[in-house]
Amino acid sequence: MIELLEKYPKVAEDAVEFWYKAAPASAFPENGGACVKFKDLQIAVFNFSRRGEWYACQNLCPHRMQMILSRGMIGSEGEEPKVACPFHKKTFSLKTGENLNGDTCTISTYPVKVEDGYVYIGFDRGYA
Amino acid sequence: MKASKSKVIVVGNGMVGYKFCEKLRNTDTEDKYEVTVFGEEPWPAYDRVHLSSYFSKAAPETLQMAPRSWYAEHKVALRTNELITQIDSKQRLVVNHLGESFSYDYLVLATGSSAFVPPIPGVDKKGVFVYRTLEDLDAIMDYGKKVKSATVLGGGLLGLEAAKAVMDMGLQAHVVELAPRLMPNQLDEQGAALLKSKLEDLGIGIHLGKMTKEIQGNGKLDGLVFQDGTFFSTDMLVISAGIKPRDELAAKAGLALGKKGGILVNELLKTSDEHIFAIGEAAAHRDQVYGLVAPGYEMAQQVVNQLLNKDVQPFEGFDMSTKLKLIGVEVGSFGDPFGTKEPSRPICFEDKVKGQYKRINISSDGKRLVGGVLVGDTSAYGMLLQMTQNKMALPPEPEDLILGGREGKSSNPMGGLDALPEAAQIWSCENITKGDICQHIQQTESGDLGEIKKCTKAGTGCGGCLPMINDLAKFQLKKLGKTVKNVLCEHFPYSRQELFDIIKIKGVKSYDQLLDEFGEGDGCEICKPAVASILASVWNEMILRQDTIQDTNDRFLANIQKGGTYSVVPRIPGGEITPEQLIVIGEVAKKYKLYTKITGGQRIDMFGARVDQLPDIWEELIDAGFESGHAYGKSLRTVKSCVGSTWCRYGVQDSVSFAIRVEERYRGLRSPHKLKGGVSGCIRECAEAQSKDFGIIATEKGWNIYVGGNGGSKPQHAKLLVNDVDTDTCIKYLDRYLMFYIKTAEPLQRTASWLNKLDGGLDYLRDVVVNDSLGIAGELEREMEFMVNTYACEWKEVVNNPELRARFKHFVNADDQDPSLQFKPMRGQKIPVDWKS
Ligand code: SRM
Ligand SMILES: Cc1cc2nc3c(=O)[nH]c(=O)nc-3n(C[C@H](O)[C@H](O)[C@H](O)COP(=O)(O)OP(=O)(O)OC[C@H]3O[C@@H](n4cnc5c(N)ncnc54)[C@H](O)[C@@H]3O)c2cc1C
Ligand code: SF4
Ligand code: FES
Repeated sequence: MIELLEKYPKVAEDAVEFWYKAAPASAFPENGGACVKFKDLQIAVFNFSRRGEWYACQNLCPHRMQMILSRGMIGSEGEEPKVACPFHKKTFSLKTGENLNGDTCTISTYPVKVEDGYVYIGFDRGYA
Repeated sequence: MKASKSKVIVVGNGMVGYKFCEKLRNTDTEDKYEVTVFGEEPWPAYDRVHLSSYFSKAAPETLQMAPRSWYAEHKVALRTNELITQIDSKQRLVVNHLGESFSYDYLVLATGSSAFVPPIPGVDKKGVFVYRTLEDLDAIMDYGKKVKSATVLGGGLLGLEAAKAVMDMGLQAHVVELAPRLMPNQLDEQGAALLKSKLEDLGIGIHLGKMTKEIQGNGKLDGLVFQDGTFFSTDMLVISAGIKPRDELAAKAGLALGKKGGILVNELLKTSDEHIFAIGEAAAHRDQVYGLVAPGYEMAQQVVNQLLNKDVQPFEGFDMSTKLKLIGVEVGSFGDPFGTKEPSRPICFEDKVKGQYKRINISSDGKRLVGGVLVGDTSAYGMLLQMTQNKMALPPEPEDLILGGREGKSSNPMGGLDALPEAAQIWSCENITKGDICQHIQQTESGDLGEIKKCTKAGTGCGGCLPMINDLAKFQLKKLGKTVKNVLCEHFPYSRQELFDIIKIKGVKSYDQLLDEFGEGDGCEICKPAVASILASVWNEMILRQDTIQDTNDRFLANIQKGGTYSVVPRIPGGEITPEQLIVIGEVAKKYKLYTKITGGQRIDMFGARVDQLPDIWEELIDAGFESGHAYGKSLRTVKSCVGSTWCRYGVQDSVSFAIRVEERYRGLRSPHKLKGGVSGCIRECAEAQSKDFGIIATEKGWNIYVGGNGGSKPQHAKLLVNDVDTDTCIKYLDRYLMFYIKTAEPLQRTASWLNKLDGGLDYLRDVVVNDSLGIAGELEREMEFMVNTYACEWKEVVNNPELRARFKHFVNADDQDPSLQFKPMRGQKIPVDWKS
């Protein structure tokens, strides 16, 4: 199963090599997420409209290896934006990917930008 | 298939060897195997577990697993008094001590264990015994008649049993244990200390941390010399220092052995030879020998399954939970008693006056029980063991498991807390008592959980003890005359009931508006579904208008399953269905390859639908006249019925028609938690209405209404609200009751726990519902009437609304299905593959 997780290395903001044009921003529900297919990867993208922010992370929940995080509820814990997995409500920081309510492993996050009404996800060389 | 039968030889006719024969014979209905079992002892297998009762009953027949005649009747050739001395695995033969050989196709070694005797000088002296067989007991009883005191070497499970036995023989009993506590493998320090004091009260001397260096005496022993040089006088010694698997026969045949002895087996219980299995106390699985009978029986079952090509579950180790059978002292240890095998946190409770110690270990995510220890009161053992082994979800307040009846007994849930002694320990990681927590609350006059956590460190672990601390805090504040406030979460400083009123009075229709005006932060997975539920209970608008505040099941109007597919449950009111409708369900399930199952709620569940298939499936169901069953919602599920007076010779009312009427009245009604009902046609109660949130039972004169029943992990019978009401009155009271619950319960609180915590309890509820003591009955009825009139099938709306329908897909940027979905076949249908982790 490790292989599955290893398919999703984190991408740092300043390491972005190319921006994948995912879908029109309007396709993403307000204050919710949807799943983007990129090659053989699944990326969860969240339109945190309440904060005017966008986030992306792996769609795979590492707790029971379920492709599901895009269907999770988002929210905040203190200042930290987070997503809760629909299955067992493990919550992850959308900024750092860290599991906030347990010791499940950290998930990978990706830079997102919106330009001309389109959502782009940033990938580094690891995803070439 | 071979023309002749295959031969199975079992070596060892102990508990497990016997159980194997019994299971094989019960399962081998086609008589494929010829079975021979060899036992070295003179009699057929007997129940070693209850060996101690031999002291009082002294009739070996009563201990027999089965009489000799059983073996004859079941075509098992029994050869007692025969020791197998050799295995020739090449020729597949075994040889007995008389030199006779017997051929086999499969050999099952169930040679058990003998008592382990540590190599202490003097163990061969007269007056030194072990405690394993009927002969051992005969010898002990014989010798015991001549002496005054007896010492048991070993303070484990068995040693304590032996100590009790010699004490019952009228001897002064002592236990000498090497470890610093009794039952070191099963009990933690505190539990063991309590056990020690109880045994001492019984008159048994306990000597801990004593290493025996020598057994002294001239021919017969007269005492022990410990490592520290002290001499301990005793007339008799019973050694109970563990077991030594009988692997000598296997070793001689060249079979692989475990590192610590025992015949090495894999997870299929096979030894290093294809044709030889080993089971019971002789087998070493992952280098561990299981000194209990239950794992042995499980091993026997799995070998039988293999021989008969039945579904084999690999043997993955076994829970070593135990309960001590000592009279007067109850001890239980289950799962992982020390909570060290996985990250976990204990909740402990000790009552020194009653002599009770209870500990449960809660998994670090706070969801499961991983094990625990009980001393003094093991009444909860069975339930706790079940919960641990079946990984059952914990009740909302796990401490109820060991404190029991905190609520049930009185309508005041705090009663039990009051009764708790100050020194009762309610700690998580630290040593925190009820007194510590109450003191903190007294000083700060605050019930703020965060504060309590910070100052006392209580609940900083898994949080397993938090609910109890919360209760304590409220209780203590109430005592100080303060009002206690239950807030939803960090985003709303209000209780659910307050939010309900705010939403209703201020006319708030959206979550965002509520958060802007009355909350803070950005919301979370606790307040979003809670508010979504209130909005639905107040306005009854289509929930997908605000889909991202819904819990996942509500967001996709289906229950999410392992693997990420969903289930489809159409409503089948009262469980009544026509053959035509059954055919439609069958056709739909067949078309979409869905796994079908009859649920516990008298309807049919179709599992394994992809998110993108849901609207298509529902379109077909709706065309055929079905509607959503709301199996996904915190809303009315089913109203179960029995057949009633239409067909049943005992029925006094038409329970099916009434169940359908009630189910259709409350369908889609969103509530703090799910709601279930039942209608039985007579007092025999075949619809199990008394286990439902509302139960209706027919009488000669009308209906009896029961409220607040629950199944689940903490079952509770419903309580009688009123007798003999007519049909319309029944509906009227149900309207009031349900609406009152919806308005006042906490999020995710079923009617049972709501009623338990309701101040004034059932009498108060009856006052409100039947006597209208609050003067709100009319309002409650009108509110319910509104819900009934505004009901619409959610799936019908989705199916007919392209915009809503478009949300049911896995990817936003592709029409592909989720490639990670995986299934495997089972009994002609499909199921998802197991969780990966
Ligand atoms: C399908 C079914 C099992 C079955 O194969 O029979 C079932 C399946 C689930 N039950 Fe159940 N329960 C089912 C009948 C029951 C019953 C029996 C009954 O209704 O008569 C009970 C005990 C009665 C009761 O509720 O008091 C029952 C007590 C629970 C509980 C414990 C509730 C409690 O108050 O303690 C849960 C957990 C919860 O709701 O928090 C639960 C939760 C669940 C969930 C929803 C767990 C989950 O969140 O995934 C299961 C979802 C399966 C699915 O996706 O369809 N299920 N569940 C039954 C569906 C009935 C139906 O037609 O709607
Ligand atoms: C006093 C006492 C109390 C116990 N209490 C409990 C309890 O409360 N709960 C619990 O789970 N367990 C308890 N146990 C343990 C339980 O009895 C054993 O786990 C169980 O008996 C193991 O069954 P078995 O068939 O593997 O071994 P045994 O019952 O030891 O049977 C093996 C048999 O094989 C025979 N044998 C060995 N080698 C040969 C050979 N070469 N040829 C022919 N025959 C041979 C032996 O003579 C013996 O009869 C207790 C044990 C004792 C002694
Ligand atoms: S269906 Fe119910 S009882 Fe069965 S596993 Fe799921 S939640 Fe547990
Ligand atoms: S699979 Fe995500 S929390 Fe369990």
